[in-house]
Order: sequence, then structure tokens, then C-alpha cells
Amino acid sequence: MEPVAPPTLDERDVILTPPPPVRRILVDREPNVVPPGPGRPNGAAPSTPSTLTATRRPDASPGPKIERMRADDVSIAYGDKEAVSDVTVPVRQGEVLALIGPSGCGKTTLLRSFNRLVEITPTASRTGVISLDGEDVDSMEVTALRRRVSMVFQQPNPFPMSVFDNVAYALREQGSRRPGKEELIDPVADALERAGLWDEVGDTLDHPALRLSGGQQQRLCIARALAARPEVLLLDEPCSALDPRSTQVIEELILRLRDEVAVVIVTHNMQQALRIADHVGFMYLGELVEYGPADQVFGAPREIRTREYVGGAFG
Amino acid sequence: MSAAATAIATSPRDSVENWPLLDRVGYYAAWTAGVALIVVAATIVIYLAIKGAQYFDLGMFTESPTADIDQSKSGGFKDPLLGTILLTVMATAIAAPIGVAIAVWLTEYGRPAWLARAVESGIEVVAGTPSIVLAIFGLLVFQQQALGFLSFEAEGNAVFGRSFIAAATMMSLIALPLVVGGTREALHAIPGHVREASYALGKTKAATIRRVLLPAARPGIGTGTALGMGRVAGDTAIVIVLLGATLQIQRGSDGLFGLFRGTGSTMTSYVFFNSPAGEGNAPEKAYLAAFVLLIVVMILNFAITRIARGRQVSWSR
Repeated sequence: MEPVAPPTLDERDVILTPPPPVRRILVDREPNVVPPGPGRPNGAAPSTPSTLTATRRPDASPGPKIERMRADDVSIAYGDKEAVSDVTVPVRQGEVLALIGPSGCGKTTLLRSFNRLVEITPTASRTGVISLDGEDVDSMEVTALRRRVSMVFQQPNPFPMSVFDNVAYALREQGSRRPGKEELIDPVADALERAGLWDEVGDTLDHPALRLSGGQQQRLCIARALAARPEVLLLDEPCSALDPRSTQVIEELILRLRDEVAVVIVTHNMQQALRIADHVGFMYLGELVEYGPADQVFGAPREIRTREYVGGAFG
Repeated sequence: MSAAATAIATSPRDSVENWPLLDRVGYYAAWTAGVALIVVAATIVIYLAIKGAQYFDLGMFTESPTADIDQSKSGGFKDPLLGTILLTVMATAIAAPIGVAIAVWLTEYGRPAWLARAVESGIEVVAGTPSIVLAIFGLLVFQQQALGFLSFEAEGNAVFGRSFIAAATMMSLIALPLVVGGTREALHAIPGHVREASYALGKTKAATIRRVLLPAARPGIGTGTALGMGRVAGDTAIVIVLLGATLQIQRGSDGLFGLFRGTGSTMTSYVFFNSPAGEGNAPEKAYLAAFVLLIVVMILNFAITRIARGRQVSWSR
């Protein structure tokens, strides 16, 4: 194997070097070739997807930055195998935190520990403290915690019920269908509006959610997660199953949401992180190698491993 | 085998005539088996349809059967038809909820593992037991003095042990494995991230099962249940041993429960009795009854396919 030359590029070149094509597009239900017509809702989409020419979107949110969650010395192991080791990272409202890194580096495991979803895996064990607004999450009722720290998954997974019932799901009591439609229509409409889906599904709330397109399904999942007014929104590669246009819509949505909820996004796609993140955590083999403002991590990484990864040298 | 022969055999574009002899024999044997099945199925349906049409008589549907040597006076199959419907409904009403519960426990909980394995073996044993064995065992159970209230009692408190309840209970064991199988398959088909999505919204496991998993599994539950109904409608041994196989429905005096502890017969036992092997010896009535039974089960099967195909939901994985 050829010895890798030490990177001598300046910051600008590092940004512009295209990373390896790590993105997998599994679902492609929306036409992303045909430019949208003039009457199209959310018609802001340009005819050329900007996905391949990563440029920083609006730099900083004007709102205040409040620390909502914090992981302190968190280590997580599956059986004997340590997946996350000694990670300390803050999660702030008003900004987007992106966790990047190669497959199997522990970023999803870390994300799933924020809402204690990692506990579902029988072999998983965790040390360290994760707190939400200063309160240890381990001391909280897990169902209450998960209403405050909501999550959206890699695959769009609306439940096999109507659009309305999907969004109302978190608002209803455990296993119940009450309260009824009249009482919930306002919060449901509000959540759909915040997820940018109201214009498209407002008239067809009783249609089955699984009939929507992949991108709409994923925004429905975001609306579903927003309905209970969570403080933190966890996104686990939310765009990896979507076409570029849907991806763009969701990225714009994430930027709009960061003022009202703290957003953590796990992504394989460094260009996506570059486009939407305010802070970036680079994880490698379970360690948080580097954490910092997105401009710094992508522009002037302190660690050589970060530099090699964002430069596309490995991963 | 020579290298050349191997090359020929594995090339899919070659016509069958060029294949080695052994491959050709295998190919034609498989083809023949498939066509033979069509021939057999078509023969059954056509033959029964002709015979059924030949002896078709609307009166058969409205008259109760009576024991009479004179076939013009021995009535129709109203009671057996009602018996088939009642028995199928009762057996399904028992099997469906229990089967779904077993499948949910196996798929969503299944701890400790040894208990889950034992439950699975139990299902296999029940599925593999011939219905006549279930019938004899059922008679043993329902003739217990303590269960006398579920069937008729003779003078001196001898328990008859044969009733719709007794037959439906053992019939439900026939349908049970099919309900469990259909439900389990449907639950397995739901990706894990759908469950996690529900947990991540602050729902408990029980709420997830009730509001997400069971609705999503409904087509599978429907398929399993309909398959089970077909098996129940088609079984004879349990009817003859446990339902009393009385030509007419004999009911107790206490209302609906009296009907449940009463005895009766079904289309299958009616066909058996009127076949040359049975006592009634009225083959033409047996043919019509057999045709009606075939139609009933085929409608049921058609419904299964519709249920399974019509409401399928699919997630990306």
C-alpha cells in the first residue's frame, strides 16, 4: 500500500474535496429529475439539487443557545464489546449537533442512549451520566423521558394508520384512542405545520400514512416526533433512504426547527453535516475524536484522524 | 460426468432436448407432477359440480334430515349446514384470541427462551395430532362428571360428553396452530425500527402491541384464522365422535346455552352418512352436500387470498 501523503491542502480545498460516496439511496419514490411546477407546494426547491456542491447554509441561528442535554463520560458496551467510550458532549437548543464518523463508530449508539433506547438491546450496558435539563435521565420515568427526547429513524416508519392518528399517537394515553379528533386537531395541525407537511396532507388527514411518498413519510415521522413538544429531537440518518430533493426539504426543515428544539443528527454524509450542523462531533472506534464548531471541524481539524476522514482519506 | 456434459447441463439457454438424459427425466417428472395436480383438482371440482347440479334441489337447504329408507322422505341438510356454521364460528371464537395471544407472547416477549421453545413444541404437537386422536381425548375430558353441565346428562348422571361446546373446543385446537402461524409471520414481518419508533414516542411495549403491531398484523391474523376455519369446516372425526352426529340439532331447554350443549351434525358427517359407507346410503344427497361444502371452503379460501393481498402494508427496511 502506498504511504498516504500528509495533507498539505489549505482549508478551502479540504472543504471542496468531495468525500467518498457513502450515501445509500434505497428509496426513490419522488421524481428528482423533473423540476417542480410553479404551483407546487414548498415550491422553493431549485431544479438543480444542491446536494453535490456542499455549501454552508445560514450560519448561526439568532436565538439563544441553551444547553438542554449533556453526556458526561458516557461509555456503552454490547456484552464485552465497547461501542462508545468516555464521550462527553453537550446538546444545545438553537443549534444542530451532527455526529459523523464511519460505520460502526458508535454514533448511533450514543444517539440512542440520549433517550435510553439503547436499553432495549439486552446485552447493552452504560456508564457515565446523561442529563436532561440537569436531571439524570436514569432517574426519570422512561416513557416521560422519551416524550421529551424524541427520535426519528433512518427508515421512514409511519404506523399503519391514518396521517392524523400517526401524529396524534404520542398525544394519546398509552394504548388508547382518546382523546378524540376534535381535541387533538389543533396540536396535530401545528405539528404538521412545523414539519412542513400541512400544505400537502392537510386535506387528507384520514388517508393511510403508508401511501405517502418516502420523503413525505419521513416528514410525517418528524411531525409525529414533534407533536408532544419535545425539548430534544434525535435524528438517526433521517435522509439516507431519501432522494436528494426530499433530503433538501428535510434539511431546510431541520434548520428551521433548531430554535425550538435541540437537534442531534447522526449522519454518514459529511456534506449534509457541513450544510446543516452548527457543531460537529467526529467519532471513530467509539471515541469522540473531535468536537467543535462545524467550520472548525471541517475547515481546520485539530486531529489528524478527523482531517483524514473529512478529507475522504478513509472511512 | 464429462466437462462437456456439465457445460451443457448448466447452460440455461439450451433447449431441453439437448440436456443429458437424467436432467430431462427430472425435468419432465417435475412438469408431469405439476400438470397432474391441475388435472386432479379440476376433476374433483368438475365432477362434483356435475353431480351437484344433477341432484340440485333448493329443498335440500331448507329441510331437516330425517331417518327414512325412502330417500324422497329423508329430508335435506338444513341442520348439518347450520351445524357447520355454528361449529366453525364457535371454534374460531375460541382459537383466534388464544392463538393471537400465543403468537404475541412468542414474538414480542418469548422469555425465558426454554419456555418459548416448549410453547413452540406444544404448537407442533397439537398441529401434528390427528383429529381423531383429539376427538377421543376430548371425549375423555368432557365425559368427566365435573364437566357434565357442558353436555347432556342421562339418568343416573352419566355424562354424554358430546356437544357443540365439546366439539368446538377440540376443533379450536385444529385451527390454533394456523392462527399462531399466521400471526407470528405477520409480526415478524414488521421491522424492528417500527417498534422502536413507538417506544421512542414514550409508549410502553403493551401500548405498542395494541396500537401498532396488532393492527399491522391484521392481514396475517385474518389469513391464519380463515385457514383455520377451512380446516374446522372440513373435519369429520371430531364431529362424529364429539358432536354426537345426530341428524338433527338436539338442543337443551336453556336457550342459547342449551344449543351449545346440544348435539348435531355438520356437512362433513352428513356426507359421510349418506355416502355408500354410511347408514343413510343416499349418494346423490352426499354429492350435493359435498359440492356445497366444497363451495363453502373455496369461498373461504378466496376470502383468505383477498385479505392477504388487499391490505398489505410495507415499510422500507
